[in-house]
Amino acid sequence: MMLQKERHVLVVFPHPDDESFGTAGTIAEYIEMGVPVTYACLTLGEMGRNLGNPPFANRETLPQIRKQELLDACDAMGLTDLRMMGLRDKTIEFEDPEKLVNMMTDLIDELHPSLVISFHPTLAVHPDHNATGVAVIEAMSRILEANRPLLYMKAFDNDTLNQLGEPHVVHHTPNVADKKIAALRAHASQTVWMLPDMEKRWAANDQDALDWLYNEAFYIHKFK
Amino acid sequence: MESVDVKHLQELLNSFANKDVYIHLETTNGSYASHFQEGFFNAGAFIRNVIIRYELGKVAGESPHRVGLKLPSGWIYAQGITHYTVDEHNRLLMAGLGPDGKLAVALEISETPFAY
Repeated sequence: MMLQKERHVLVVFPHPDDESFGTAGTIAEYIEMGVPVTYACLTLGEMGRNLGNPPFANRETLPQIRKQELLDACDAMGLTDLRMMGLRDKTIEFEDPEKLVNMMTDLIDELHPSLVISFHPTLAVHPDHNATGVAVIEAMSRILEANRPLLYMKAFDNDTLNQLGEPHVVHHTPNVADKKIAALRAHASQTVWMLPDMEKRWAANDQDALDWLYNEAFYIHKFK
Repeated sequence: MESVDVKHLQELLNSFANKDVYIHLETTNGSYASHFQEGFFNAGAFIRNVIIRYELGKVAGESPHRVGLKLPSGWIYAQGITHYTVDEHNRLLMAGLGPDGKLAVALEISETPFAY
């Protein structure tokens, strides 16, 4: 499916690398189309578990490493408007809900996006993912319907297909696959374990692996 | 971080005893554990920047080691410690890393607060 021209796209995820796994193709393609894209990344992934053995990082150096990876991934996608929101990994669900809603409202008021991309509020597996989706939906539900942007949600819980059916939107983005691969490579602390295998499968034209690389699926949230 | 040298780690634990120190203690299976393995009972715990004063700290057992801190009226311990380092802020950072390089437990001791 071709991407629709948008006025401005706002992407809201909690962790450095969330944007690259699920939306790097979409982000890169919008940017190539001349659509401004803002990525609000809520944390620096401070609680990431991959430290290597022998270790390349420790609990206290990982945030700086992941911050640089995030900057490099944004460069790879061509994204210039990155907002680092200063929350801490694995604490989003414990924050004051109104503080999170206000954070989302401020971003939407400032950027006036026509499309917002975030996580599904219950089917995004990680508690931070779900809590981010809840806050985005609450903030957007307070916007008058006529002014409300579209909301695309990522969902990948094992029960997703059962609960939501087929995705409403699938972006096919093979033309920016190189940028998506570069974004994934930028997050080496998170992807070094899976990428060598993936790269072999891409090189061998493994259809599942290429589908994963080329297609990005979203559900459209229906506001009541 | 380096693999634990018991004698050296014991000396470091001794050096923080009887001082007010900031503690980071964490155990985790990762947020995806029950996504990848249905039915997995995912448990973990996390405290950071809590001030304690321990009278005795000890590293015990073969690798992975156990590290215990005896408080005036309580205990802190971590099981599964494999690696440690003293960083540029003189903080003692201990971690238990699985063979896949993933952190399963961390215990850190510092005389100054850890970053947020």
